[in-house]
Amino acid sequence: MHVVVCVKQTPDSAAKVSVENGKVTWGDAGLVVNPWDEYAIEEAIRLKEKYGGKASAISMGPETARESLKTCLAMGCDEAILISDPALKGSDALATSYVLAKAIEKFGDVDVVLFGKQAIDGDTGLVPVGVARRLGWAPLTYTIKIAELDAVAKTIKVERLLEEGKQVVTSRLPAVIGTVKDINEPRYPSFMGIRKAAKAVIPIWNAVDLGCDPAKIGPMGSAMTWPQINALPARQGSVELLSGTPEEAAAQLADKLLADKVI
Amino acid sequence: MTTKIWVFIEQVEGLLAQPSLEALGEARRLADLQGGAVSGLLFGHNVAGLAATVAAHGADEVLLADDATLADFRTEAYGSLLVRLARERGPALILAGATTRGRDILGWAAADLETSALADVIALEYADGHLAATRPVYAGKLFGATLASKSPALVSLRPRAFPKPEPDASRAVNVVPVTAGLNEADLATKVVETLVEEGRVSLADARIIVSGGRGVGGPEGFAPVRALAATLGAAVGASRAAVDAGWIPYAHQVGQTGKTVSPDLYIAVGISGAIQHQAGMRSAKTIVAINKDPEAPIFKLARYGVVGDLFKIVPALDAEFKKRLGKA
Repeated sequence: MHVVVCVKQTPDSAAKVSVENGKVTWGDAGLVVNPWDEYAIEEAIRLKEKYGGKASAISMGPETARESLKTCLAMGCDEAILISDPALKGSDALATSYVLAKAIEKFGDVDVVLFGKQAIDGDTGLVPVGVARRLGWAPLTYTIKIAELDAVAKTIKVERLLEEGKQVVTSRLPAVIGTVKDINEPRYPSFMGIRKAAKAVIPIWNAVDLGCDPAKIGPMGSAMTWPQINALPARQGSVELLSGTPEEAAAQLADKLLADKVI
Repeated sequence: MTTKIWVFIEQVEGLLAQPSLEALGEARRLADLQGGAVSGLLFGHNVAGLAATVAAHGADEVLLADDATLADFRTEAYGSLLVRLARERGPALILAGATTRGRDILGWAAADLETSALADVIALEYADGHLAATRPVYAGKLFGATLASKSPALVSLRPRAFPKPEPDASRAVNVVPVTAGLNEADLATKVVETLVEEGRVSLADARIIVSGGRGVGGPEGFAPVRALAATLGAAVGASRAAVDAGWIPYAHQVGQTGKTVSPDLYIAVGISGAIQHQAGMRSAKTIVAINKDPEAPIFKLARYGVVGDLFKIVPALDAEFKKRLGKA
Protein backbone atom coordinates (compact mmCIF):
# COMPACT_ATOMS: atom_id res chain seq x y z
CA MET A 1 0.00 0.00 0.00
CA HIS A 2 1.23 3.49 -0.78
CA VAL A 3 0.30 6.25 1.65
CA VAL A 4 1.14 9.90 0.98
CA VAL A 5 1.02 12.54 3.70
CA CYS A 6 0.91 16.22 2.71
CA VAL A 7 2.51 18.61 5.17
CA LYS A 8 2.93 22.36 5.42
CA GLN A 9 5.55 24.37 7.22
CA THR A 10 4.04 27.08 9.43
CA PRO A 11 5.15 29.47 12.16
CA ASP A 12 5.30 27.91 15.62
CA SER A 13 1.87 27.90 17.28
CA ALA A 14 3.35 29.77 20.25
CA ALA A 15 4.61 32.59 17.99
CA LYS A 16 3.34 36.09 18.57
CA VAL A 17 2.24 36.96 15.04
CA SER A 18 1.97 40.61 14.10
CA VAL A 19 1.82 42.90 11.08
CA GLU A 20 4.66 45.25 10.20
CA ASN A 21 4.42 47.47 7.14
CA GLY A 22 1.60 45.35 5.81
CA LYS A 23 3.58 42.10 6.07
CA VAL A 24 3.00 39.30 8.50
CA THR A 25 5.89 38.64 10.84
CA TRP A 26 6.43 36.21 13.68
CA GLY A 27 9.65 37.66 15.01
CA ASP A 28 12.32 35.10 15.75
CA ALA A 29 9.87 32.27 16.43
CA GLY A 30 10.75 29.14 14.50
CA LEU A 31 9.04 27.40 11.62
CA VAL A 32 7.52 24.04 12.47
CA VAL A 33 5.48 21.28 10.89
CA ASN A 34 1.90 22.54 10.97
CA PRO A 35 0.65 21.11 14.32
CA TRP A 36 -2.45 19.50 12.73
CA ASP A 37 -0.18 17.65 10.26
CA GLU A 38 1.65 15.75 13.02
CA TYR A 39 -1.43 13.54 13.40
CA ALA A 40 -1.52 12.89 9.66
CA ILE A 41 2.18 11.94 9.60
CA GLU A 42 1.71 9.56 12.53
CA GLU A 43 -1.32 7.97 10.86
CA ALA A 44 0.60 7.53 7.59
CA ILE A 45 3.39 5.70 9.41
CA ARG A 46 0.91 3.54 11.35
CA LEU A 47 -0.89 2.54 8.14
CA LYS A 48 2.42 1.56 6.56
CA GLU A 49 3.45 -0.40 9.65
CA LYS A 50 0.14 -2.24 9.76
CA TYR A 51 -0.49 -2.92 6.07
CA GLY A 52 3.02 -2.80 4.60
CA GLY A 53 4.10 -0.73 1.64
CA LYS A 54 5.44 2.79 1.72
CA ALA A 55 4.74 6.13 3.40
CA SER A 56 5.79 9.20 1.41
CA ALA A 57 5.72 12.78 2.64
CA ILE A 58 5.32 15.78 0.34
CA SER A 59 5.39 19.47 1.09
CA MET A 60 4.79 22.40 -1.22
CA GLY A 61 6.78 25.43 -0.21
CA PRO A 62 10.15 27.16 -0.33
CA GLU A 63 13.53 25.50 0.40
CA THR A 64 12.98 25.95 4.15
CA ALA A 65 10.13 23.42 3.98
CA ARG A 66 12.85 20.74 3.65
CA GLU A 67 13.13 20.89 7.45
CA SER A 68 9.51 19.81 7.84
CA LEU A 69 10.10 16.91 5.48
CA LYS A 70 13.12 15.87 7.57
CA THR A 71 10.78 15.69 10.57
CA CYS A 72 8.54 13.34 8.56
CA LEU A 73 11.53 11.13 7.70
CA ALA A 74 12.80 11.19 11.27
CA MET A 75 9.38 10.06 12.51
CA GLY A 76 9.40 7.14 10.08
CA CYS A 77 8.28 8.12 6.58
CA ASP A 78 10.20 6.23 3.85
CA GLU A 79 10.71 9.08 1.43
CA ALA A 80 10.08 12.80 1.13
CA ILE A 81 9.69 15.09 -1.85
CA LEU A 82 9.75 18.86 -1.84
CA ILE A 83 7.41 20.52 -4.30
CA SER A 84 9.05 23.82 -4.96
CA ASP A 85 9.17 26.29 -7.81
CA PRO A 86 9.17 30.10 -7.94
CA ALA A 87 6.13 29.78 -10.23
CA LEU A 88 4.15 28.27 -7.36
CA LYS A 89 4.63 31.27 -5.10
CA GLY A 90 1.37 33.06 -4.34
CA SER A 91 -0.81 29.98 -4.85
CA ASP A 92 -4.06 30.02 -2.87
CA ALA A 93 -6.03 26.95 -1.75
CA LEU A 94 -7.43 26.47 -5.26
CA ALA A 95 -4.01 26.47 -6.95
CA THR A 96 -2.37 24.50 -4.12
CA SER A 97 -4.93 21.71 -4.36
CA TYR A 98 -4.27 21.52 -8.11
CA VAL A 99 -0.50 21.21 -7.61
CA LEU A 100 -0.76 18.61 -4.83
CA ALA A 101 -3.20 16.54 -6.91
CA LYS A 102 -0.68 16.64 -9.77
CA ALA A 103 2.04 15.40 -7.42
CA ILE A 104 -0.14 12.55 -6.16
CA GLU A 105 -0.94 11.59 -9.75
CA LYS A 106 2.78 11.55 -10.52
CA PHE A 107 3.33 8.82 -7.90
CA GLY A 108 0.75 6.79 -9.82
CA ASP A 109 0.06 4.10 -7.20
CA VAL A 110 -1.35 5.96 -4.19
CA ASP A 111 -4.07 4.33 -2.05
CA VAL A 112 -4.48 6.86 0.74
CA VAL A 113 -3.63 10.56 0.99
CA LEU A 114 -3.51 12.06 4.47
CA PHE A 115 -3.81 15.68 5.52
CA GLY A 116 -4.04 17.54 8.80
CA LYS A 117 -7.35 19.31 9.35
CA GLN A 118 -6.05 22.70 8.25
CA ALA A 119 -2.89 24.79 8.40
CA ILE A 120 -2.61 27.14 11.35
CA ASP A 121 -1.53 30.09 9.17
CA GLY A 122 -4.09 30.30 6.36
CA ASP A 123 -6.72 28.37 8.34
CA THR A 124 -8.86 27.61 5.28
CA GLY A 125 -9.11 23.80 5.58
CA LEU A 126 -9.97 23.76 1.87
CA VAL A 127 -7.00 21.91 0.42
CA PRO A 128 -7.84 18.30 1.46
CA VAL A 129 -11.32 18.38 -0.08
CA GLY A 130 -9.99 20.28 -3.12
CA VAL A 131 -7.33 17.62 -3.74
CA ALA A 132 -9.92 14.86 -3.37
CA ARG A 133 -12.17 16.51 -5.92
CA ARG A 134 -9.39 17.00 -8.44
CA LEU A 135 -8.32 13.37 -8.12
CA GLY A 136 -11.93 12.18 -8.25
CA TRP A 137 -11.50 10.42 -4.90
CA ALA A 138 -13.69 10.46 -1.82
CA PRO A 139 -12.95 13.16 0.76
CA LEU A 140 -13.04 11.79 4.32
CA THR A 141 -12.40 14.91 6.35
CA TYR A 142 -12.47 15.31 10.16
CA THR A 143 -11.47 11.65 10.60
CA ILE A 144 -10.77 10.60 14.20
CA LYS A 145 -10.38 6.88 13.59
CA ILE A 146 -9.56 4.53 10.74
CA ALA A 147 -11.68 1.63 11.94
CA GLU A 148 -11.07 -0.81 9.09
CA LEU A 149 -9.00 -0.90 5.94
CA ASP A 150 -8.94 -3.67 3.38
CA ALA A 151 -5.92 -3.15 1.15
CA VAL A 152 -6.98 -5.94 -1.22
CA ALA A 153 -10.66 -5.09 -1.60
CA LYS A 154 -9.67 -1.37 -1.53
CA THR A 155 -12.21 -0.30 1.06
CA ILE A 156 -11.98 1.76 4.23
CA LYS A 157 -14.21 2.52 7.20
CA VAL A 158 -13.62 5.66 9.24
CA GLU A 159 -15.17 7.61 12.09
CA ARG A 160 -15.57 11.34 11.53
CA LEU A 161 -16.04 14.00 14.21
CA LEU A 162 -18.91 16.32 13.31
CA GLU A 163 -20.71 19.01 15.31
CA GLU A 164 -23.41 16.71 16.65
CA GLY A 165 -21.26 13.64 17.29
CA LYS A 166 -19.51 10.93 15.34
CA GLN A 167 -20.33 9.62 11.89
CA VAL A 168 -19.23 6.19 10.65
CA VAL A 169 -18.54 6.15 6.90
CA THR A 170 -17.30 3.51 4.48
CA SER A 171 -15.60 4.38 1.23
CA ARG A 172 -13.81 2.94 -1.71
CA LEU A 173 -10.08 3.51 -1.96
CA PRO A 174 -8.18 5.49 -3.01
CA ALA A 175 -9.42 8.24 -0.72
CA VAL A 176 -8.22 11.51 0.80
CA ILE A 177 -8.37 11.56 4.58
CA GLY A 178 -8.34 14.74 6.63
CA THR A 179 -7.33 13.90 10.19
CA VAL A 180 -8.09 15.69 13.42
CA LYS A 181 -6.30 15.53 16.72
CA ASP A 182 -7.42 12.51 18.78
CA ILE A 183 -6.84 10.10 15.89
CA ASN A 184 -3.51 9.17 17.50
CA GLU A 185 -0.64 10.35 19.66
CA PRO A 186 2.17 11.47 17.33
CA ARG A 187 5.51 9.86 18.12
CA TYR A 188 8.71 11.78 18.71
CA PRO A 189 11.43 11.25 16.12
CA SER A 190 13.92 8.62 17.28
CA PHE A 191 17.63 9.35 17.50
CA MET A 192 18.25 6.91 14.65
CA GLY A 193 15.46 8.53 12.69
CA ILE A 194 16.98 11.96 13.08
CA ARG A 195 20.36 10.67 11.90
CA LYS A 196 18.77 8.98 8.91
CA ALA A 197 16.78 12.12 8.04
CA ALA A 198 19.88 14.31 8.23
CA LYS A 199 21.55 12.23 5.52
CA ALA A 200 18.47 11.69 3.37
CA VAL A 201 18.27 13.09 -0.13
CA ILE A 202 15.04 15.01 -0.63
CA PRO A 203 14.33 15.45 -4.35
CA ILE A 204 12.54 18.49 -5.72
CA TRP A 205 9.59 18.27 -8.09
CA ASN A 206 8.94 21.56 -9.86
CA ALA A 207 5.92 22.75 -11.83
CA VAL A 208 7.29 21.34 -15.09
CA ASP A 209 8.02 17.93 -13.51
CA LEU A 210 4.40 17.82 -12.41
CA GLY A 211 3.08 18.93 -15.79
CA CYS A 212 1.24 21.89 -14.27
CA ASP A 213 -0.76 24.19 -16.52
CA PRO A 214 0.88 27.63 -15.91
CA ALA A 215 -2.57 29.23 -15.87
CA LYS A 216 -3.58 27.14 -12.87
CA ILE A 217 -0.72 27.89 -10.48
CA GLY A 218 0.63 30.89 -8.60
CA PRO A 219 -1.32 34.15 -8.60
CA MET A 220 -2.84 33.42 -12.03
CA GLY A 221 -4.31 30.15 -10.87
CA SER A 222 -5.61 31.67 -7.67
CA ALA A 223 -9.07 33.07 -7.12
CA MET A 224 -8.53 35.28 -4.14
CA THR A 225 -6.23 38.12 -3.20
CA TRP A 226 -5.13 39.47 0.14
CA PRO A 227 -5.01 43.26 -0.15
CA GLN A 228 -4.61 43.66 3.58
CA ILE A 229 -3.80 41.83 6.76
CA ASN A 230 -4.52 43.58 10.01
CA ALA A 231 -3.71 43.09 13.64
CA LEU A 232 -6.57 42.41 15.99
CA PRO A 233 -8.20 45.43 17.51
CA ALA A 234 -6.98 45.62 21.10
CA ARG A 235 -9.53 44.45 23.64
CA GLN A 236 -11.11 47.46 25.26
CA GLY A 237 -10.91 48.04 28.99
CA SER A 238 -9.26 46.01 31.68
CA VAL A 239 -10.43 43.29 33.95
CA GLU A 240 -12.66 44.09 36.89
CA LEU A 241 -11.70 41.81 39.76
CA LEU A 242 -14.46 40.76 42.13
CA SER A 243 -13.41 40.08 45.68
CA GLY A 244 -14.74 38.91 49.03
CA THR A 245 -15.78 35.42 50.04
CA PRO A 246 -16.63 33.00 47.21
CA GLU A 247 -20.32 33.68 47.86
CA GLU A 248 -19.83 37.44 47.78
CA ALA A 249 -17.75 37.28 44.60
CA ALA A 250 -20.34 34.98 43.01
CA ALA A 251 -23.19 37.35 43.89
CA GLN A 252 -21.33 40.35 42.43
CA LEU A 253 -20.46 38.43 39.29
CA ALA A 254 -24.07 37.31 38.83
CA ASP A 255 -25.19 40.94 39.23
CA LYS A 256 -22.74 42.11 36.57
CA LEU A 257 -23.52 39.39 34.05
CA LEU A 258 -27.26 39.81 34.41
CA ALA A 259 -26.93 43.60 34.14
CA ASP A 260 -24.81 43.14 30.98
CA LYS A 261 -27.54 40.85 29.64
CA VAL A 262 -25.08 38.14 28.68
CA ILE A 263 -27.10 35.61 30.67
CA MET B 1 -29.61 42.42 -13.41
CA THR B 2 -30.52 40.70 -10.22
CA THR B 3 -27.65 39.40 -8.14
CA LYS B 4 -28.38 35.80 -7.30
CA ILE B 5 -27.31 34.96 -3.77
CA TRP B 6 -27.56 31.34 -2.70
CA VAL B 7 -27.45 29.86 0.76
CA PHE B 8 -26.65 26.19 1.34
CA ILE B 9 -29.14 25.11 3.99
CA GLU B 10 -27.71 22.54 6.34
CA GLN B 11 -30.12 20.13 7.94
CA VAL B 12 -29.14 17.26 10.16
CA GLU B 13 -31.81 14.59 10.48
CA GLY B 14 -34.51 17.11 9.71
CA LEU B 15 -33.27 19.89 11.99
CA LEU B 16 -32.03 23.15 10.46
CA ALA B 17 -28.55 24.16 11.57
CA GLN B 18 -28.30 27.52 13.30
CA PRO B 19 -25.40 28.77 11.09
CA SER B 20 -27.59 28.32 7.99
CA LEU B 21 -30.17 30.69 9.44
CA GLU B 22 -27.43 33.21 10.18
CA ALA B 23 -26.26 32.85 6.56
CA LEU B 24 -29.82 33.47 5.33
CA GLY B 25 -29.89 36.68 7.34
CA GLU B 26 -26.63 37.87 5.81
CA ALA B 27 -27.76 36.87 2.30
CA ARG B 28 -30.95 38.89 2.78
CA ARG B 29 -28.96 41.92 3.96
CA LEU B 30 -26.62 41.76 0.94
CA ALA B 31 -29.51 41.13 -1.47
CA ASP B 32 -31.41 44.15 -0.17
CA LEU B 33 -28.30 46.31 -0.58
CA GLN B 34 -27.46 45.01 -4.05
CA GLY B 35 -30.94 44.54 -5.45
CA GLY B 36 -30.60 40.78 -5.41
CA ALA B 37 -32.63 37.68 -4.74
CA VAL B 38 -31.95 34.97 -2.16
CA SER B 39 -32.34 31.27 -2.86
CA GLY B 40 -32.10 28.65 -0.14
CA LEU B 41 -30.70 25.29 -1.26
CA LEU B 42 -32.48 22.59 0.68
CA PHE B 43 -31.11 19.10 0.01
CA GLY B 44 -32.16 15.94 1.82
CA HIS B 45 -34.83 13.27 1.98
CA ASN B 46 -38.33 14.10 3.24
CA VAL B 47 -37.26 17.63 4.14
CA ALA B 48 -39.90 19.65 2.22
CA GLY B 49 -41.41 20.61 5.57
CA LEU B 50 -38.38 22.80 6.30
CA ALA B 51 -38.95 25.06 3.28
CA ALA B 52 -41.32 27.37 5.15
CA THR B 53 -38.70 28.03 7.83
CA VAL B 54 -36.09 28.75 5.15
CA ALA B 55 -38.44 31.24 3.49
CA ALA B 56 -39.36 32.86 6.81
CA HIS B 57 -35.68 33.54 7.50
CA GLY B 58 -35.18 35.46 4.26
CA ALA B 59 -35.22 33.23 1.18
CA ASP B 60 -37.21 34.38 -1.87
CA GLU B 61 -37.22 30.85 -3.23
CA VAL B 62 -36.24 27.43 -1.97
CA LEU B 63 -34.48 25.09 -4.41
CA LEU B 64 -35.58 21.74 -3.04
CA ALA B 65 -33.84 18.49 -3.95
CA ASP B 66 -35.53 15.61 -2.17
CA ASP B 67 -34.04 12.23 -2.90
CA ALA B 68 -32.90 9.06 -1.12
CA THR B 69 -29.30 9.66 -2.27
CA LEU B 70 -29.39 12.89 -0.24
CA ALA B 71 -30.68 11.36 2.99
CA ASP B 72 -27.31 11.82 4.70
CA PHE B 73 -24.96 14.66 3.95
CA ARG B 74 -22.14 13.37 1.81
CA THR B 75 -19.75 15.88 0.34
CA GLU B 76 -19.57 14.09 -3.00
CA ALA B 77 -23.37 13.89 -3.39
CA TYR B 78 -24.28 17.32 -2.07
CA GLY B 79 -21.22 18.93 -3.69
CA SER B 80 -21.93 17.45 -7.14
CA LEU B 81 -25.53 18.64 -6.98
CA LEU B 82 -24.50 22.12 -5.88
CA VAL B 83 -22.02 22.36 -8.77
CA ARG B 84 -24.59 21.21 -11.32
CA LEU B 85 -27.18 23.73 -10.12
CA ALA B 86 -24.60 26.54 -10.05
CA ARG B 87 -23.60 25.79 -13.66
CA GLU B 88 -27.24 25.76 -14.75
CA ARG B 89 -28.38 28.84 -12.88
CA GLY B 90 -25.32 31.07 -12.39
CA PRO B 91 -25.38 32.45 -8.85
CA ALA B 92 -22.98 35.31 -8.05
CA LEU B 93 -22.46 34.26 -4.45
CA ILE B 94 -22.99 31.06 -2.48
CA LEU B 95 -23.02 31.24 1.32
CA ALA B 96 -22.91 28.45 3.88
CA GLY B 97 -22.20 28.19 7.59
CA ALA B 98 -18.53 27.47 8.33
CA THR B 99 -19.39 24.07 9.79
CA THR B 100 -17.76 20.76 8.92
CA ARG B 101 -20.37 20.25 6.19
CA GLY B 102 -20.44 23.86 4.97
CA ARG B 103 -16.68 24.07 4.63
CA ASP B 104 -16.48 20.72 2.81
CA ILE B 105 -19.23 21.40 0.27
CA LEU B 106 -17.80 24.79 -0.66
CA GLY B 107 -14.26 23.37 -0.90
CA TRP B 108 -15.57 20.70 -3.26
CA ALA B 109 -17.51 23.20 -5.37
CA ALA B 110 -14.54 25.60 -5.54
CA ALA B 111 -12.38 22.93 -7.19
CA ASP B 112 -15.04 22.19 -9.82
CA LEU B 113 -16.04 25.79 -10.48
CA GLU B 114 -12.39 26.98 -10.42
CA THR B 115 -13.28 29.72 -8.02
CA SER B 116 -12.41 30.87 -4.54
CA ALA B 117 -13.88 29.58 -1.32
CA LEU B 118 -13.40 32.04 1.52
CA ALA B 119 -13.57 30.09 4.75
CA ASP B 120 -14.73 31.14 8.19
CA VAL B 121 -15.60 34.71 7.23
CA ILE B 122 -16.64 37.14 9.98
CA ALA B 123 -17.65 40.19 7.87
CA LEU B 124 -18.76 40.63 4.27
CA GLU B 125 -19.22 43.70 2.06
CA TYR B 126 -19.44 44.67 -1.58
CA ALA B 127 -16.82 47.26 -2.50
CA ASP B 128 -16.71 48.53 -6.12
CA GLY B 129 -18.60 45.47 -7.24
CA HIS B 130 -16.08 43.10 -5.63
CA LEU B 131 -16.89 40.96 -2.68
CA ALA B 132 -14.61 41.80 0.24
CA ALA B 133 -14.48 39.43 3.18
CA THR B 134 -12.78 39.64 6.54
CA ARG B 135 -11.51 36.37 7.92
CA PRO B 136 -9.27 35.36 10.81
CA VAL B 137 -5.85 33.95 9.91
CA TYR B 138 -3.04 32.59 12.05
CA ALA B 139 -5.69 31.10 14.33
CA GLY B 140 -7.37 34.43 14.89
CA LYS B 141 -4.18 36.23 15.82
CA LEU B 142 -4.65 38.43 12.71
CA PHE B 143 -7.49 39.44 10.41
CA GLY B 144 -7.18 39.31 6.65
CA ALA B 145 -9.19 41.34 4.16
CA THR B 146 -9.79 39.03 1.21
CA LEU B 147 -11.15 39.76 -2.24
CA ALA B 148 -12.85 37.11 -4.31
CA SER B 149 -11.70 37.63 -7.90
CA LYS B 150 -13.73 34.94 -9.66
CA SER B 151 -17.43 34.20 -9.86
CA PRO B 152 -19.27 32.69 -8.16
CA ALA B 153 -17.70 33.57 -4.84
CA LEU B 154 -18.14 30.85 -2.24
CA VAL B 155 -18.13 32.01 1.34
CA SER B 156 -18.53 30.11 4.60
CA LEU B 157 -19.59 32.24 7.56
CA ARG B 158 -18.25 31.67 11.03
CA PRO B 159 -21.06 30.51 13.32
CA ARG B 160 -22.35 33.31 15.58
CA ALA B 161 -20.40 36.02 13.72
CA PHE B 162 -23.63 37.10 11.99
CA PRO B 163 -26.97 37.67 13.75
CA LYS B 164 -29.75 35.15 13.39
CA PRO B 165 -32.64 36.89 11.61
CA GLU B 166 -36.09 37.08 13.15
CA PRO B 167 -38.39 34.72 11.21
CA ASP B 168 -41.22 36.39 9.29
CA ALA B 169 -43.99 33.83 8.75
CA SER B 170 -45.78 36.18 6.34
CA ARG B 171 -43.05 35.78 3.71
CA ALA B 172 -44.13 33.81 0.65
CA VAL B 173 -42.87 30.23 0.38
CA ASN B 174 -41.79 29.57 -3.22
CA VAL B 175 -40.54 26.03 -3.55
CA VAL B 176 -38.72 25.16 -6.78
CA PRO B 177 -38.24 21.38 -6.99
CA VAL B 178 -34.96 20.32 -8.60
CA THR B 179 -33.84 16.81 -9.48
CA ALA B 180 -30.97 15.27 -7.53
CA GLY B 181 -29.68 13.49 -10.64
CA LEU B 182 -27.43 11.22 -8.58
CA ASN B 183 -26.95 7.49 -8.85
CA GLU B 184 -26.18 5.66 -5.60
CA ALA B 185 -23.82 3.26 -7.41
CA ASP B 186 -21.61 6.20 -8.47
CA LEU B 187 -21.06 7.38 -4.90
CA ALA B 188 -17.90 6.06 -3.20
CA THR B 189 -18.98 6.80 0.36
CA LYS B 190 -21.79 5.33 2.45
CA VAL B 191 -22.85 6.63 5.83
CA VAL B 192 -23.11 3.62 8.15
CA GLU B 193 -24.34 5.41 11.25
CA THR B 194 -24.34 8.70 13.10
CA LEU B 195 -23.68 8.60 16.82
CA VAL B 196 -25.26 11.74 18.24
CA GLU B 197 -24.15 12.71 21.71
CA GLU B 198 -27.45 13.33 23.47
CA GLY B 199 -28.03 16.53 25.36
CA ARG B 200 -24.78 18.13 24.31
CA VAL B 201 -24.79 21.79 23.36
CA SER B 202 -22.66 22.36 20.25
CA LEU B 203 -19.65 24.51 21.10
CA ALA B 204 -19.84 26.47 17.84
CA ASP B 205 -23.50 27.39 18.33
CA ALA B 206 -23.34 27.99 22.08
CA ARG B 207 -24.34 31.36 23.48
CA ILE B 208 -22.57 30.54 26.75
CA ILE B 209 -19.54 28.29 27.29
CA VAL B 210 -18.08 27.19 30.62
CA SER B 211 -14.59 25.84 30.06
CA GLY B 212 -12.18 24.02 32.36
CA GLY B 213 -8.40 23.86 32.24
CA ARG B 214 -5.41 22.45 34.05
CA GLY B 215 -6.63 24.07 37.29
CA VAL B 216 -9.57 21.66 37.60
CA GLY B 217 -6.97 19.02 38.48
CA GLY B 218 -8.59 15.86 37.10
CA PRO B 219 -11.65 14.37 35.40
CA GLU B 220 -13.71 14.80 38.56
CA GLY B 221 -12.73 18.48 38.58
CA PHE B 222 -15.07 18.96 35.62
CA ALA B 223 -18.08 18.17 37.84
CA PRO B 224 -18.54 21.76 39.09
CA VAL B 225 -17.83 23.05 35.54
CA ARG B 226 -20.56 20.79 34.11
CA ALA B 227 -22.96 21.70 36.91
CA LEU B 228 -22.56 25.43 36.22
CA ALA B 229 -22.93 24.80 32.48
CA ALA B 230 -26.14 22.85 33.06
CA THR B 231 -27.57 25.69 35.17
CA LEU B 232 -26.74 28.24 32.48
CA GLY B 233 -27.75 26.04 29.52
CA ALA B 234 -24.15 26.33 28.39
CA ALA B 235 -21.77 24.12 26.44
CA VAL B 236 -18.74 22.63 28.19
CA GLY B 237 -15.34 23.56 26.83
CA ALA B 238 -11.80 22.63 27.82
CA SER B 239 -8.24 23.75 27.34
CA ARG B 240 -5.69 21.62 25.55
CA ALA B 241 -4.00 20.79 28.88
CA ALA B 242 -7.19 19.21 30.22
CA VAL B 243 -7.79 17.28 26.99
CA ASP B 244 -4.21 16.06 26.67
CA ALA B 245 -4.33 14.87 30.30
CA GLY B 246 -7.31 12.71 29.31
CA TRP B 247 -9.76 14.42 31.66
CA ILE B 248 -12.32 15.22 28.94
CA PRO B 249 -12.75 14.17 25.28
CA TYR B 250 -11.13 16.13 22.48
CA ALA B 251 -14.52 17.21 21.09
CA HIS B 252 -14.59 19.78 23.92
CA GLN B 253 -11.21 21.38 23.17
CA VAL B 254 -11.22 25.12 22.50
CA GLY B 255 -8.13 26.68 20.96
CA GLN B 256 -5.71 26.54 18.08
CA THR B 257 -5.87 22.74 17.63
CA GLY B 258 -9.45 22.55 18.87
CA LYS B 259 -12.52 24.61 18.11
CA THR B 260 -12.82 28.33 17.62
CA VAL B 261 -15.83 29.73 19.44
CA SER B 262 -17.59 33.10 19.64
CA PRO B 263 -20.11 32.91 22.48
CA ASP B 264 -21.71 35.88 24.21
CA LEU B 265 -20.18 34.67 27.47
CA TYR B 266 -17.08 32.52 28.02
CA ILE B 267 -16.32 31.47 31.59
CA ALA B 268 -12.72 30.19 31.84
CA VAL B 269 -12.27 28.05 34.93
CA GLY B 270 -8.73 27.17 35.94
CA ILE B 271 -7.42 28.14 32.49
CA SER B 272 -4.23 30.20 32.42
CA GLY B 273 -4.87 31.42 28.88
CA ALA B 274 -1.95 30.31 26.72
CA ILE B 275 -1.76 32.04 23.35
CA GLN B 276 -3.05 28.87 21.64
CA HIS B 277 -6.13 28.85 23.88
CA GLN B 278 -6.75 32.56 23.33
CA ALA B 279 -6.77 31.90 19.58
CA GLY B 280 -9.91 29.82 20.03
CA MET B 281 -11.93 32.07 22.32
CA ARG B 282 -10.81 35.67 22.13
CA SER B 283 -13.76 36.69 19.97
CA ALA B 284 -16.16 35.89 22.85
CA LYS B 285 -18.11 39.04 23.71
CA THR B 286 -17.65 38.77 27.47
CA ILE B 287 -14.94 36.70 29.13
CA VAL B 288 -14.94 35.76 32.80
CA ALA B 289 -11.78 34.28 34.34
CA ILE B 290 -11.69 32.25 37.52
CA ASN B 291 -8.15 31.34 38.47
CA LYS B 292 -6.00 31.13 41.59
CA ASP B 293 -3.06 32.86 39.88
CA PRO B 294 -3.64 36.63 39.61
CA GLU B 295 -0.84 36.80 37.01
CA ALA B 296 -2.51 34.33 34.61
CA PRO B 297 -2.67 35.81 31.06
CA ILE B 298 -6.39 35.03 30.86
CA PHE B 299 -7.06 38.07 33.12
CA LYS B 300 -5.72 40.33 30.35
CA LEU B 301 -8.58 39.23 28.10
CA ALA B 302 -11.25 39.02 30.76
CA ARG B 303 -13.96 41.58 31.47
CA TYR B 304 -14.52 40.12 34.95
CA GLY B 305 -12.22 38.04 37.09
CA VAL B 306 -12.25 36.22 40.37
CA VAL B 307 -8.93 35.22 41.91
CA GLY B 308 -9.23 32.22 44.19
CA ASP B 309 -10.12 28.57 44.60
CA LEU B 310 -12.31 27.47 41.71
CA PHE B 311 -13.70 24.59 43.79
CA LYS B 312 -15.26 27.17 46.10
CA ILE B 313 -16.09 29.89 43.57
CA VAL B 314 -17.70 27.78 40.83
CA PRO B 315 -20.18 26.01 43.17
CA ALA B 316 -20.99 29.39 44.78
CA LEU B 317 -21.64 30.84 41.31
CA ASP B 318 -23.78 27.83 40.40
CA ALA B 319 -25.85 28.25 43.58
CA GLU B 320 -26.21 31.97 42.92
CA PHE B 321 -27.44 31.46 39.36
CA LYS B 322 -29.79 28.67 40.40
CA LYS B 323 -31.34 31.16 42.80
CA ARG B 324 -31.47 34.03 40.26
CA LEU B 325 -32.73 31.92 37.39
CA GLY B 326 -35.34 30.22 39.55
CA LYS B 327 -33.73 26.79 39.20
CA ALA B 328 -33.08 26.25 42.90
